[in-house]
Amino acid sequence: MTAPITADPEAVPPEARPAVRELHDQLERVWSDGPGLRGWLMSTDHKSLGKRYVITAFVFFLLGGLEAAVIRAQLARPENGLIGPDLYNQLFTMHGTTMMFLFAVPVMTAMSLYLVPLMIGSRDLAFPRLNAYGYYVYLLGGLFLYTSFFLNVGPDAGWFAYTPLSGPAYGVGKRVDVWAQTITFTEIAGIIAAIELIVTIFKQRAPGMSLNRMPLFVWSALVMAFMILFAMPWVAVDSQFLAMDRLIGTHFFNQAEGGDALLWQHLFWFFGHPEVYIIFIPALGFVSTIIATFTRREIFGYPAMVLSLVATGFLGFGLWVHHMFATNIPQMGESFFTAASAMIAIPTGVQFFCWIATIWGGRPRFATPFLFILGFFAVFIIGGLSGVMIASVPFDLQVHDTFFIVAHLHYVLLGGGVFPLFAAFYYWFPKFTGRRLSERLGRWNFTLFFIGVNLTFFPMHLLGLHGMPRRVYTYLAGTGWGSLNLLATIGAVTIFVSVVIFLVNVARTLANGELAGDDPWGSSSTLEWATSSPPPSYNFAHLPVVEGRYPLWSRPQEPPVVTGLRTDQRELLITTVLDARPDHRHRTPDPTIWPLLAALTTGITFVALVFTPWAIVIGGALAIGPLVAWGWGKPQPGDPVVTEGVE
Amino acid sequence: MRDWLQSALRPAGPEAASVHALWEFMLWTSVVVFVLVLGALAWGTLRRRPAGADPLAEGGPGERRMTGAVSTAVGATVVVLFVFLVFDFSTGRALTARREAAVRIEVTGHQWWWEVTYYDSIPNRRVTTANEIHIPVGRPVLIRLNSQDVIHSFWAPDLNGKRDLIPGKESSLWIQADSPGVYHGQCAEFCGYQHAKMAFLVVADRPADFARWYASQADTARTPTDSLTARGQEVFLSSPCVMCHAIQGTPAGATMGPDLTHLASRRYIAAGSLPNTRGNLAGWILDAQGIKPGAHMPPNSLTPADLQALLAYLGTLK
Repeated sequence: MTAPITADPEAVPPEARPAVRELHDQLERVWSDGPGLRGWLMSTDHKSLGKRYVITAFVFFLLGGLEAAVIRAQLARPENGLIGPDLYNQLFTMHGTTMMFLFAVPVMTAMSLYLVPLMIGSRDLAFPRLNAYGYYVYLLGGLFLYTSFFLNVGPDAGWFAYTPLSGPAYGVGKRVDVWAQTITFTEIAGIIAAIELIVTIFKQRAPGMSLNRMPLFVWSALVMAFMILFAMPWVAVDSQFLAMDRLIGTHFFNQAEGGDALLWQHLFWFFGHPEVYIIFIPALGFVSTIIATFTRREIFGYPAMVLSLVATGFLGFGLWVHHMFATNIPQMGESFFTAASAMIAIPTGVQFFCWIATIWGGRPRFATPFLFILGFFAVFIIGGLSGVMIASVPFDLQVHDTFFIVAHLHYVLLGGGVFPLFAAFYYWFPKFTGRRLSERLGRWNFTLFFIGVNLTFFPMHLLGLHGMPRRVYTYLAGTGWGSLNLLATIGAVTIFVSVVIFLVNVARTLANGELAGDDPWGSSSTLEWATSSPPPSYNFAHLPVVEGRYPLWSRPQEPPVVTGLRTDQRELLITTVLDARPDHRHRTPDPTIWPLLAALTTGITFVALVFTPWAIVIGGALAIGPLVAWGWGKPQPGDPVVTEGVE
Repeated sequence: MRDWLQSALRPAGPEAASVHALWEFMLWTSVVVFVLVLGALAWGTLRRRPAGADPLAEGGPGERRMTGAVSTAVGATVVVLFVFLVFDFSTGRALTARREAAVRIEVTGHQWWWEVTYYDSIPNRRVTTANEIHIPVGRPVLIRLNSQDVIHSFWAPDLNGKRDLIPGKESSLWIQADSPGVYHGQCAEFCGYQHAKMAFLVVADRPADFARWYASQADTARTPTDSLTARGQEVFLSSPCVMCHAIQGTPAGATMGPDLTHLASRRYIAAGSLPNTRGNLAGWILDAQGIKPGAHMPPNSLTPADLQALLAYLGTLK
């Protein structure tokens, strides 16, 4: 009897159907979330949580976008009185904090948490309960920030919160404390996601998926995870120092008492610059995956692509001072950071040239995901080129902290993050939901988004060169900045319309969209398309065995699979790090409510810490219960594993 | 081009000019790179392909040509970046080269105005003013930057790039203007509520004009010559004004706010927010919060007669 990867009765001969049905029911019993609200709250399934994670991050994207819309409305004409400096400063701080900490990084980790187990042929993430905890901590952090904002305690010192402006002497009230604690929440969620991904990728790949056969998206998720692991602790330390300066009177950043105002900036940007690559690198993984599918060709230069991702991951840590060129760093030191900033263009260039070669050698199909990838090329390259320009210290000193930088960073982050992300939404939407988004609305979505982004941000280059600084709530009529600002605001309206079209597309598709089938694009190459859409709770009825970099393209009639995993309890197959040889079976824990309760108690602790240092003592006592209950019990060790079709 | 208040694309001094040359080189190189890369992409995307060929089956000579093309492109990238770096470093060296400063000015950032001090070896030739910096044309001027409160950034784009003012960490910047004129500048580092309204002027004077300006600024304030301005001085000295502002030659010596000794000689008030007219000054004195919410200037209630006298007195402080 054949052992199928999907438990789809239609896909097997009639005589095998009862057995397949039985297998499906058995695995569903073991792996699915329990029924009702209780099951929903207890879920540890990477797909349920991944979807919630993506949706939450997207809601924050919409909120951040609305903040940007109000900012653009205020700046549409000189001396506009729509909002005053108090609200304006809160809005741009909220916009930056939301987009960087609550949208861009979480949405990339969320997509990875959903896709990676499917792409590497596993049933779930490592540490599924930790995954649930990470999501809830992130959600609570976002809710905390927005509750504070609506109570008029929104942070107003910028998403970078430079001391001394954010310090106790100048950042009065609780606004900056709210910001610092929000960072704590998101850091914890980010580091948890990184640990999940690293362990899952290293230890749970399907047999045969050695490192040199790993899909490029999985490589990029791995590099991203390591970057998170090494970058995020710095900002966690930084924001805790700030919270301590403000709450208990330490002097980490107080120049007068032997602290250092610039220490803040070094620690912040040592995290902040890698953060850009934390957003960019998984997006590169989307691009590689989507280009391969829509040109029906292997990505040219796989080793070069992987080495470029890894090189970018390392170089990304050597650039942070280019955010601080105006702070009187010695010239010799600045030169090193200029050189490093220029150097990172090389691995990025390698990947672009390899993609162009791939497209040249393939057969492009202009579906919506591919259109967004073409948009990514045009928009990101503009941002990349302006990035090379501002690596130069003399030029940067002219445009630093002006709208030129606003233009640059939006070209890079929208081009390098949001365009690939929209491509990914369109590409994997059938996998998430079983339905395909409308191509017609997709083309409108893309066209308006592409026009809107360029209309909004291209004029900002000129505004910056003509002397308009960032973060100004208004400007005088005599500055001459009025018409370009109006143009940018019109562009923002265009982006708004485009995003509304996307939402309409999603709503209509969920209501009565075209059913996707298991392989809606006809030429996908990675394992998530080997199972049904949407995937069953257990992902694969039998885990696949991988024999190449593009397993679905080289698939024989009867693909080899793993058998022998227990079907009466949750088991994962653990494989070796380099060659992905089957190693042992791992009993993975069942759903539970404790991660949610642990997140709530730690969340209460963090919120209370804004007001009193005693929160650590009281909150610590509160959190101990759920944490102990969470870890209670010890799973039984598994048995040796049997595979079919491999040595 | 004069319709921009301030612009990095309209260099008025050697520093800004050398940055502008670097910018033009990088801009045009980038345009060429952009056109080449997107051209290659467009060709790769739209080129006609032999019917029926499966790209999965491709290989052999096509792959080798692609390897060659990609390697060439990477090589070209390295060369372009290297040329950028050389141009960049040589520009950077020129900007920071040691020179003999004709004038040394200390600029101190405050929320949200600029304190300007000219040092002189003779103490009573020391000049303190605010928000308006005069420099002699064609001479290198060294600006030393410091901050009293939070981080600000000094930026007059027509003359040079910016430099941060960090409390407790002095930094410096050279500026030089090639021709007489008024150059606008503005704080570029977010510094709180009124970051948007923290502008300043650099006025480049012919050397003789500069010397004349300097001499008049070094003087103490004029003593009132008529009863109205005498009354105005009395109002100043007996109202909250004196708590923050100094007028040299009178008992007013506070340094919280801008020095007003030669207020009437300045073109703007409230750090570039308003032209220095009698009406604007009256509005600013009575309701600074309406003009620049959050500024440290409190509202003042004065009787109409007192206000007129005060305005008349301030108007004499040339």
